[in-house]
Amino acid sequence: MTLLTILFDGVAYGMLLFVLACGLAVTLGLMNFVNLAHGAFAMAGGYICAILVNRSGLPFFAALPIAFVASAAIGALLERSLYRHLYTRSHLDQVLFTIGLVFMSVTAVDYFMGSSQTFIHLPDYLQGQINLFGLGVGRYRLMIIVICGLLTVALQMILSRTRFGSRLRAAVDDPRAASGLGINVPQVFALTFAFGCGLAGLGGALGAEILGLDPYFPLKFMIYFLIVVTVGGSSSITGPFLASLLLGIGDVAGKYYVPKLGAFVIYTMMIVILIWRPNGLFGRSAAR
Amino acid sequence: MTANSTTHPEVGQFAMARAQWRWPEVVFWLAAAGCILLFPNRYLILTEIAWLALFALSLDLILGYAGIVSLGHAAFFGFGGYAAGLLALHGIVTEPVIALVVAGLAAMVLGFVTSFLVMRGSDLTRLMVTLGIALLLRELANRFSNITGGSDGLQGIEMQPILGQFSFDIFGKVGFIYCLCVLFVLFLLARRIVHSPFGLSLRAIRNNPLRASAIGIPVNRRLIAIYTIAAFYAGVAGALSTQTTALASLDGFAFDRSADLMLVLIIGGTGYLYGGLIGAVIFKLLQELFSTLTPQYWQFWIGAVLVVIVLIGRDRMHRWAMFLPRLIASKFGRAKAPVMAPEGEAP
Repeated sequence: MTLLTILFDGVAYGMLLFVLACGLAVTLGLMNFVNLAHGAFAMAGGYICAILVNRSGLPFFAALPIAFVASAAIGALLERSLYRHLYTRSHLDQVLFTIGLVFMSVTAVDYFMGSSQTFIHLPDYLQGQINLFGLGVGRYRLMIIVICGLLTVALQMILSRTRFGSRLRAAVDDPRAASGLGINVPQVFALTFAFGCGLAGLGGALGAEILGLDPYFPLKFMIYFLIVVTVGGSSSITGPFLASLLLGIGDVAGKYYVPKLGAFVIYTMMIVILIWRPNGLFGRSAAR
Repeated sequence: MTANSTTHPEVGQFAMARAQWRWPEVVFWLAAAGCILLFPNRYLILTEIAWLALFALSLDLILGYAGIVSLGHAAFFGFGGYAAGLLALHGIVTEPVIALVVAGLAAMVLGFVTSFLVMRGSDLTRLMVTLGIALLLRELANRFSNITGGSDGLQGIEMQPILGQFSFDIFGKVGFIYCLCVLFVLFLLARRIVHSPFGLSLRAIRNNPLRASAIGIPVNRRLIAIYTIAAFYAGVAGALSTQTTALASLDGFAFDRSADLMLVLIIGGTGYLYGGLIGAVIFKLLQELFSTLTPQYWQFWIGAVLVVIVLIGRDRMHRWAMFLPRLIASKFGRAKAPVMAPEGEAP
C-alpha cells in the first residue's frame, strides 16, 4: 500500500462521511439542535437499500435513489411529529431525546434484521480494482468519490445559487432577522432536515460496503458525525467537507501506520483540535 | 468582607434551613437499611442499585448543581473500576476500603486533568470532549490488553475481607451492606458540599455563569473543583462495582453506560441529590421488568422511556410525581415540600 493508495482510500472515506454528516451540520447550524440520532437515518437508508437489492433483486443504482427518498420521508415524518417540539428545549433534553431514539432504532433493527452484519450484493462491474494512471484503485471507492464529489458540487450550487439556498443561508446566519424578512424558517428547516436525512440515508447505502452495516451503526458512527460537525463548524458547507476529508485520511492513515492504536488517533486528533479551536477549525462558531 | 454584611440575612437563613434534615430523608435511609432484612434473596440487584445510585449521585453533582452536560461520565467509572481491579489483582492494596479510596483518587486525578479540556467551549463541544475522552479510554483499555485483559476484562480478582473482618459472601449480603455504607457516607459528604457556600456558588453558576462571575465567583475554578469531586464519586462507584462483582470490563467505559446514567438521573430528577438514588431504584426495576418481558430487546423500552420523558417534559413530570408528597407535607403543616423540585434549567 503506497501513500497514494492511502490518500485515495482516505478521500473516498472522507467524502462518504461528508455525505453522511452534512445534513447534521446544517440542522445544527440552523436550529442549534443536537441530533445524536442522525446515524439512525443513515442506517435506515442502508437497510432499505440492502432489502431492495438482496431480496427484491433491484439493481444497485436504482435502489440508491429509493434509499434517499425513503430516508428523507422518515426524516420529514419524525421532524413534523416529534423533533419540532424540541427546538426550544435545552441541549440536555435534545441529547436525551435523540439518545432514546438511537436506542429504539438500534433494537428495532436488531429485532427485524438480526444483529449480524448485512452486506449489499454489488454488481460485478463495481468489484475489483482498475488501473488508473499506474495506480490500482478500487472501483467501488472510485464510484463513491465520483458520486460524492458530484453531490458536493450540487449542494454547493444549491446553497450559493438558488433562492432556497439563500433563504437557508440567511436563516443559518440569523434566524430571527430571517423570519423578520418573511422567510418561513420552520419550513426551511423541515425541508433541510428531510433533505439531510435523505443524504444520510444515501450515505448509509453507499457506505454499507466500506463502513459495515449492522444495528449498532448509529452508535458506532455517532462520534464520527459529531467530529465532522464540531471540527468543521456549521457556518458553511466547506468546513464540514474539509473536516470530513481530514478525518477520512487521518483515520485510514492511522489504521495503516499504527494499527495497534486503532481509533485512538482520531479521538486524540479531535480532542486536540477542540482544545486548540473550541469552535471548530473552519467554523465561526459550531453552536451558538 | 463577610457575606452577611452585604447580603440579605434571610438568604443565609434560608440556605441553612434547606440544609436541615427532614423526616422523609430519614425515612428514605431507614428504608434503604431495611432492605438488608426485607429482601434477603435480592442482594445482587440491590448491590447494583447501590453503586448505580452512587454513580448517578456523581453525575447529579456536575449536571444538577453545576450544569455541565457530560456524555462520557463512564470514563471515570471505568477508570475507577480498572484501578480497583488492578490493585486487588496484583496485591498492591488488598484491603477493599483503602483500595476503594485509592481507586477513587485515581479517577479524581483523571477528572482534574480532563476538567481543563471540558471547561472550554460551548455545550456541544463539552458533549464531544466528554464523549471523546470516554471513547479514548475504552480504546486504550482495549489496546493495552496485557494490562487490562482486553475485551475479556480483568478476571480472577479475589477480594480480601473488608477491614480484615468481613469477607464477601456468596449471597452478596456483605457486599450490599458495604456498598450501602459507602453510599451513605459519600452521600453525607455530597450533602455537606451542596449546602455549603461552595455549593450555593455552583448553583449560581448553573443558573447564569455570566452573572456569577460578575459577583466575583471564580467560575472556572469552581467548575473544575466540582468536576474533580464528581470524578472521585464516579471512580468509587466503578470500584465498588468491580469489588462486588470481582470483574472489570470494557463495558465500564461504554457509551451505553453514560447514556443509561443520564436516564437514571432524569427519572429521579436533577438538583436535589435524591434524584440519582430514586432514579437508580426505578431504573433497575424497569430494566428487570423489560428484560423479563423481552430479554434481548429491553433497550428499546429504555429508549422509549427516554423519549416519552423528554416529550412530556421533565419539569411537568416531576410536578406530577411531587403531587402526593406535597399534599401529605401540607397536611402535616409543613410550609415547604420535603423534597425540592429541581430548579429551572439555565437558559
